[in-house]
Amino acid sequence: MAGIELLSDQGYRLDGRKATELRKVQARLGVFAQADGSAYLEQGNTKVLAVVYGPHEMRGSRSRTLHDRAVINCQYSMATFSTAERKRRPHGDRKSTEMSLHLKQTFEAAVMTQLFPRSQIDIYVKILQSDGGNYSVCVNAATLAVIDAGIPMRDYVCACTVGFVDETPLADLCYAEESGGVSSLALALLPRGGQIALVQMDARLHQDHLEALIEAATTACKGVSKVLDEVVRQHLQEASVLTGED
Amino acid sequence: MATVQVSEAEKVYILHGIRDDLRVDGRGCEDYRHMEIETDVVSNTDGSAKVTLGHTAVLVGVKAEIGKPRPMIPNEGYLEFFVDCSANATPEFEGRGGEELGTNLSNVLYKVFSNKHSLDLHSLSISPGEHCWVLYVDVLLLQCDGNLYDAISIAIKAALFNTKIPRVNITSDDEGGKEIELSDDPYDCMRVNVENVPCIVTLCKVGHRHVVDATLQEKACSVASLIIAVTHNGTITCSRKVGGGSLDPESIFEMTETGKRVGKALHAPLMKLLQQEESLSKKRVRVGFLC
Repeated sequence: MAGIELLSDQGYRLDGRKATELRKVQARLGVFAQADGSAYLEQGNTKVLAVVYGPHEMRGSRSRTLHDRAVINCQYSMATFSTAERKRRPHGDRKSTEMSLHLKQTFEAAVMTQLFPRSQIDIYVKILQSDGGNYSVCVNAATLAVIDAGIPMRDYVCACTVGFVDETPLADLCYAEESGGVSSLALALLPRGGQIALVQMDARLHQDHLEALIEAATTACKGVSKVLDEVVRQHLQEASVLTGED
Repeated sequence: MATVQVSEAEKVYILHGIRDDLRVDGRGCEDYRHMEIETDVVSNTDGSAKVTLGHTAVLVGVKAEIGKPRPMIPNEGYLEFFVDCSANATPEFEGRGGEELGTNLSNVLYKVFSNKHSLDLHSLSISPGEHCWVLYVDVLLLQCDGNLYDAISIAIKAALFNTKIPRVNITSDDEGGKEIELSDDPYDCMRVNVENVPCIVTLCKVGHRHVVDATLQEKACSVASLIIAVTHNGTITCSRKVGGGSLDPESIFEMTETGKRVGKALHAPLMKLLQQEESLSKKRVRVGFLC
């Protein structure tokens, strides 16, 4: 393949990871006091803030009201300085509208919306620094924010982007790998039941490889879910110490 | 901005407190809330800073790009401001909801910062009439709890302090064509002199007195506010009245005096802090939003 070598003969990737290795995930819940739920998540060099407002009464046009469940409203935006090349608009372009839609789909599958009829849940995510896997990192951050808001979910939603190079699936792609012409697949998983909330692939891939790729993505998502669970437990422990309910 | 609703009784309570120089959170009339500053938080930028002031949180990123100088001032570079009122701050900013406030804020920022008295714009020139550095200053509002101007101006000053512009080499070939070469060495960079960069002080007229760094509750009780941009030696570079309501000339004079005093006192500790952080260089532990 032309361009840079994404996987060395020794099995190492550009940033020194092995094929199935995730980037370092660091996160914190309750970053902001004014929002109902908020979280900050770093996955490698991709940094995302997610904020949740609601469930609250429908805002704006009431025609969108659903009588049996809550409406999930998502907005994905990128800080103008988040990418190497400066962006002119933080949101409203085609790509971010599509991304908002994907997030909405993902969370409609996970949040127990039937508990809040005729109301609305707002999920806003903001990319502060972008280095690949934007969709996945947003989903992971938003999950934490929804948990912080205390909104019941069926399970954590964990997402991961995987690529396929030299017959090997690579977990959690960074920007250099994503832009290096790899066929990549984004998968959002509800890990406990193994249910898939969203799967998306825009590139060509032989059907025979698809199973292996989804398998690798599932494993990666389960890895992410472990980290997220750890973060939530840590946060609850700290919170319970502070409120004296040990 | 998160909307607050203040009842008549609460208003009276706040007003009486301010009359006696004791505010609801225990501050005096000229005190700021607790402030946290961190620079170099976004590695995709040339300079960045995060400032939290009470619950107000702002993130500023500065990107330097090579552009064409303005025809009227060929030997100077320039700054571009953009304020992004993100929906993270409040759901009202969703979609195009934050655009009006964003344009308002960035217009004030142009007036305050983009002139040769606050920044040495000559140093941003590369070759007169052809190339210059354009500094894109992008402000991101993450949470609004009053006093946006002050928080933004401090964050901009910190981000400009942190900005590292790569050095350029201009070589000309035989046909007179010029070639710009950027230095590869990340340490070979130019810094922006921020000594004269002003800070904005917002003064809110509440009752017969005025307060610095008003919270949303206090702002709800005030008639109007005055913003003043003050440099480190106490020179006022910009002043304007914001908000509905009217102020009498005498109180504007008093507010200007207070603003000058408070603004002047703001610069020295800020610069000291920034230099301290800079001197830590590699030993510094980056916190960002993780703490």
